[in-house]
Amino acid sequence: MSANLYHDGVDILHGQRRLWSFHGGIHPPQHKHESTNLPVIRAKLPERLILPLHQHIGEPAEPIVQVGDKVLKGQMIGRAQEFLSAPVHASTSGTVVDIGDYAVPHPSGLNATCIVIEPDGEDRGLEHPRVGDYLQLAPSALRNLIRDAGIVGLGGAGFPSYIKLNPGKLDGIDTLILNGIECEPYITCDDMLMREYPREIIAGLRVMQHALQARVCVIAIEDNKPEAFRALHDAALHEAGIDVILCPTVYPQGGEKQLIRVITGKEVPANGLAIHIGIVCHNVATALAVHRAVQDGQPLVSRYVTVTGGGVSQPRNLDVAFGTPVRDLIIQCGGDPAAVKRLVMGGPMMGYALHSDAVPVIKTTNCIIAATEADIVPPRPVMPCIRCGACADACPVMLLPQQLYWYAHTNDLDKVQEYNLFDCIECGCCSYVCPSNIPLVQYYRYAKGAIWIKEREHEQADIARQRHEFRLDRLAREKAEREARRRLKKASLAKNQDNTPHTEEAVDND
Amino acid sequence: MQFDSPTSPHGHARTSVTRVMLRVIYALIPGIAAYIYFFGWGVAINILLACVVALVCEGAVLRARSRPVWPFITDGSAVVTAMLLALALPPLSPWWLTLCGTAFAIVIGKQLYGGLGYNPFNPAMLGYVMLLISFPLEMTSWTAPQMLLEVKLGLIDAASAIFAGRLPEGLPIDAFTMASPLDTLKTQLLLDQTVSNVIATSPIFGNIGGKGWEWISGGFLIGGLWLIYMKVISWHIPAAMLGALFTIAEIFYLIDANTHATPWFHLVSGATMLGAFFIATDPVSAATTNPGRLVYAAGIGILVYVIRAWGGYPDGVAFAVLLMNMTAPTIDYYFRPRVFGHDRK
Repeated sequence: MSANLYHDGVDILHGQRRLWSFHGGIHPPQHKHESTNLPVIRAKLPERLILPLHQHIGEPAEPIVQVGDKVLKGQMIGRAQEFLSAPVHASTSGTVVDIGDYAVPHPSGLNATCIVIEPDGEDRGLEHPRVGDYLQLAPSALRNLIRDAGIVGLGGAGFPSYIKLNPGKLDGIDTLILNGIECEPYITCDDMLMREYPREIIAGLRVMQHALQARVCVIAIEDNKPEAFRALHDAALHEAGIDVILCPTVYPQGGEKQLIRVITGKEVPANGLAIHIGIVCHNVATALAVHRAVQDGQPLVSRYVTVTGGGVSQPRNLDVAFGTPVRDLIIQCGGDPAAVKRLVMGGPMMGYALHSDAVPVIKTTNCIIAATEADIVPPRPVMPCIRCGACADACPVMLLPQQLYWYAHTNDLDKVQEYNLFDCIECGCCSYVCPSNIPLVQYYRYAKGAIWIKEREHEQADIARQRHEFRLDRLAREKAEREARRRLKKASLAKNQDNTPHTEEAVDND
Repeated sequence: MQFDSPTSPHGHARTSVTRVMLRVIYALIPGIAAYIYFFGWGVAINILLACVVALVCEGAVLRARSRPVWPFITDGSAVVTAMLLALALPPLSPWWLTLCGTAFAIVIGKQLYGGLGYNPFNPAMLGYVMLLISFPLEMTSWTAPQMLLEVKLGLIDAASAIFAGRLPEGLPIDAFTMASPLDTLKTQLLLDQTVSNVIATSPIFGNIGGKGWEWISGGFLIGGLWLIYMKVISWHIPAAMLGALFTIAEIFYLIDANTHATPWFHLVSGATMLGAFFIATDPVSAATTNPGRLVYAAGIGILVYVIRAWGGYPDGVAFAVLLMNMTAPTIDYYFRPRVFGHDRK
């Protein structure tokens, strides 16, 4: 069936814009069809929703409710802080029963502040004002609306979207790319979303285009998602200035810099941002969230999450209210948490293993893999590096992973930076292809961490040194002042004692 | 529920050092088959003997170094080293020659530097050069191709020649050996012969290079191309080495065809093909960046020609590879690929 559709897809490709390629990349087994057989349904509300205040890149939100407060679905419960931040909304109606530290999805496994809501089962929503015609709104007002809706990048990074909808000093940007690549194996939430809401996604894209004053819009989809491509292609048929593009499947094509290269042939400069070359990338799910915020006034309170892996008997996509514990999703998909060998949030290439299944789904959760032995390669002995260079051939950034490994291994923090460690996107391609089974990415994370620690120590040493210098300055100043006072006093005393006789002496003293 | 939480990536390609080495071994098969066909069972006996010696030495040193023996014995690297060395030895070499060379390659050339992944020089070539310098007579008494022999040596004959030094019917070893094509050419050119004259008068030459050698080189070429296709090696080293050798040979051939063999002769003679696809590409001792590989392998190609044309030895692949091994770290340092998002320098 899919082969047929694919063939149709290829027919449509006739006259498609030219695509570029990026260096390296890999083709891991896809494991995508497992979770696309069943329709998407709403996940059951759990007994308690655990809503972390920090679900995005930037400062955590500040709680604006108290324990015992009744809240409605969509009501803001955490306010965005001043600079880089996003608010958090109640994902159903109920009562705030606790504000405290809970396990959250984070590689560290540490706890963080969460607002816990006991649902009342009514799922009553707050009445939100509707915008009507967003074209009447100034782009800045539109951005505020999107910020207040709590929208962050839903592809996995969670960067507050309103910042990426600001063209800054530019009058408008050149190309707005909507990322429907979803290149990680197992994950299909964007695929299902594109199949079901193509028109809404395009409506959201138009809002983004208005905010950014973008000249051209491109929607990029990998060719392992022919249904999604067809849906968006058909929805965009009569839309001017929107290109729906089918890209050959390769991991990590969904990385922003890689996708920009594929679509435009341009490279985002190292240490630079896409917007510096007039390009902005957003995820398709983010576009849908923007559409809902603008059209219906709905803040972001739920998302599609792929629940898959050998540990669940009915892998599928669920529409999940934020705060729902992962355990509930696994049970709902016919899984037994006890039979799961490893629980991965995100994809197998860049996702992180969860320490506990009590952690909640947050805005950046695109996939839960309940992995069994069959899904993960059993640990094999690490052999010495044989310098084969397979890592360098796979690296999409054209780094030399083997040299980076060598210097990270020997803790040579200057050399790893000379070999551009900080250009590494941690996509995992090098580790994936290494015949010696060396956990390369782990070494790079270690080296990055060690460098950050060193820099912080450096900064602190600088602060301490400055403080010390200030203190010495202050002491010297105080001493000088004391001295001056003493002299002044002495001088005045001397004047008072013998005003008339020894005038010459007083002059001498001076 | 608590779970173990190793870091990403959580998947891994079906690859391992053993798999890489096994593919190299498979790729050697066509060349070895042709070699046995033209030079008899001695070739096979050498290979087997070298493999056994290599594994025993590897195991013994690993044990002495308190390293895990099994994973390193089974990684296949010692077998590859043994095979490459055995392929470089004369087909009826006495057993102790193979033993000394292999033991030197594994113990001194590989394990004393730290074992797999740490040897700066190609161990097989170290073993070969040690033998060439220490036992020049044995190392240059090359067997004649089978079709030039009046008495063919069977498996038993070859074994008894190698292990007991006895030849059938009391024939002297000279009945089976003659100088290799490269050696013949070199000696005759020193006697002021022209290339065309040498090739026309000596029965050892075939259409392009030495009799039989053309086919053996073809076998290694096929195996090597398969390795590139399977992405075990990249094209850079073979292409640059063969390209450089061809170019420099062509230049001198154009200057004076009487004293310089054709570039095609150089490509199919001696260890050129084996060297280009199997020896120079040894990842541990070669340059590792793609631009670096081009420089490294071009250096080998040029040195091979220089040694063949003006050096003291008939073939130069081993010396060329060892000399360029020394330069590999420096080459890697200066020839790095441009990083994504950085300016072209």
